[in-house]
Amino acid sequence: MTKATGLDSLEQVAGNGLLHRRLFLQGGAAALAGATLLTARAAPPDVPAWMKTPGAPMRGYGERSPHESQVQRVVNTTPGTTGTGGSRTPLESLEGIITPSSLHFERHHSGVPDIDPAQHQVLIHGLVERPLIFSMDALARYPLVSRIQFLECSGNSGGNNNAEPPQQTAGGIHGLVSCSDWAGVPLAVLLDEAGVKPEGKWLLAEGGDAASMSRSVPMAKAMDDAILALYQNGEKLRPEQGYPVRLFLPGYEGNMNVKWLRRIKVTAEPTMTKDETSKYSDLQPNGRAKLFTFPMEVKSVITSPSGMQTMRGPGLYQISGVAWSGFGRIRRVEISADGGKTFAQAALDGPVLPLALTRFRMPWRWDGNPSVLMSRAVDETGAVQPTRAALIGARGTAYRYHYNAIQSWSVAQAGAVSNVYV
Amino acid sequence: MFERTLVVAAASFAWLVCAAAQEGPKLGVPATPEQIAGWDVSIGPDGAGLPPGSGNAAAGKTVYEAKCVACHGVDGKGQPNDQLVGGQGTLKDAAPVRTLGSYWPYATTVFDYVRRAMPYVAPHSLTPDETYALTAYLLALNGVIAQDAVMDATTLPKVVMPNRDNFDSAYREPKRR
Repeated sequence: MTKATGLDSLEQVAGNGLLHRRLFLQGGAAALAGATLLTARAAPPDVPAWMKTPGAPMRGYGERSPHESQVQRVVNTTPGTTGTGGSRTPLESLEGIITPSSLHFERHHSGVPDIDPAQHQVLIHGLVERPLIFSMDALARYPLVSRIQFLECSGNSGGNNNAEPPQQTAGGIHGLVSCSDWAGVPLAVLLDEAGVKPEGKWLLAEGGDAASMSRSVPMAKAMDDAILALYQNGEKLRPEQGYPVRLFLPGYEGNMNVKWLRRIKVTAEPTMTKDETSKYSDLQPNGRAKLFTFPMEVKSVITSPSGMQTMRGPGLYQISGVAWSGFGRIRRVEISADGGKTFAQAALDGPVLPLALTRFRMPWRWDGNPSVLMSRAVDETGAVQPTRAALIGARGTAYRYHYNAIQSWSVAQAGAVSNVYV
Repeated sequence: MFERTLVVAAASFAWLVCAAAQEGPKLGVPATPEQIAGWDVSIGPDGAGLPPGSGNAAAGKTVYEAKCVACHGVDGKGQPNDQLVGGQGTLKDAAPVRTLGSYWPYATTVFDYVRRAMPYVAPHSLTPDETYALTAYLLALNGVIAQDAVMDATTLPKVVMPNRDNFDSAYREPKRR
């Protein structure tokens, strides 16, 4: 086995400088070291101030470094309101697959309620043998399950329906997706305790916010993998994620994962609430609209490099991003650096979890010429992320929700990265 | 003999695993009909649970102009928030106008949503009469019902919205495993 001695000897796997993903897994260390020597030489020889005095004391609840305070969600508020609208996860500033709870996207329909858990209860009623009320203390005694899973608003990436590509960051366009370790009580256990009658095929989930946000959920999903989530990333839910309890429906569009859950009514048919008819329904070019398009389709986005960033000269870079599918695991992610003419397979950080963000990586030697980067994800059902032209050709642009087309980033000669339609 | 014991043991183990996954401490407290009545505000297309009371468009206009016009504009024309009136015939356009009159499939949804979420700054503050009246006003502005029609628990579920038959459910029940 011969060691790579320079960038030129690395195996090119697709057009415009895409290199074999093995560079970051094995054997490529020498080449990488060569690339970083330039910056290492500038290190100061003196002892910095923070090494000359004891550091700060412990604290009861941690904070990030003040040097990272610029990493913020992108907040958009509905006119005339304070807490209605959304905030987007700054995907381009994050690594790995877990979204810090403080940066998890938000979508609220009437602000974030301040709920006293001692007063909050969950009612299960409707087509059940025994209508039941659960206190938060009672729910805490039930067996829990925990799983790392993504949550995505079905309106995510909708800006790319616009005639002109929105010039924003990766998070500004695609940041209505986040991924957390969610722990909670299987809803099936509580429904079994109440005793669902045979005609109970749906349920209405209602939130305890000022909008009483309500969605209908099929009983099959409720009995399969739905949980009443109490914890996110190890600690109790954040208020903006539904404290003290939210419905979590793995893979289903975010709006159905009702926060501040207060009531579950078992019904024979959907309730046809405002948020499942007038909103979160998909209008097609023929004037007909689809209701109940629940799972989020396969999707990916390159987060580095991405929109509004500037690359600092030619050389070796790592292309990195996230992929996910509401239908299961990501099978593979393919990258193109030549606007979709050729693709090569990216490395996936393992373990690759079902219904979770999956981190992909690929080495790229940028020669400094204008380039277009794309990522195309394939999930375990074989579903392939469509091109924008194919998606819009099939659905039109008034469809609004469930936009999952390939994102293209243009890299200009000077290094500026921007959103582009190909 | 040994083989049979093994099969029985395996069967019991499977049952135990299954039971463990399904068993909770059963701490739910029975809810009384009075408690449920206080919580159960949702109204489906069949109108079940609609409260006593009634209202017409004239009464609704008064409520609208006092409590809704700031966000939804004069006569429901919109701005700064959602347009509530008009848009019929635009759903196939490149920029369709989705309003209660052009898009919403069920009139009961108007009552359900207004009662629990509107006015934005004071949800749960309208009386049943005010809610029926507002619903009547918005339906009449859209030409869905007559100006003098009275909305109540009987008449509201019978209203047929113009776009009702243009929705298709994409949900399919999973096959039994």
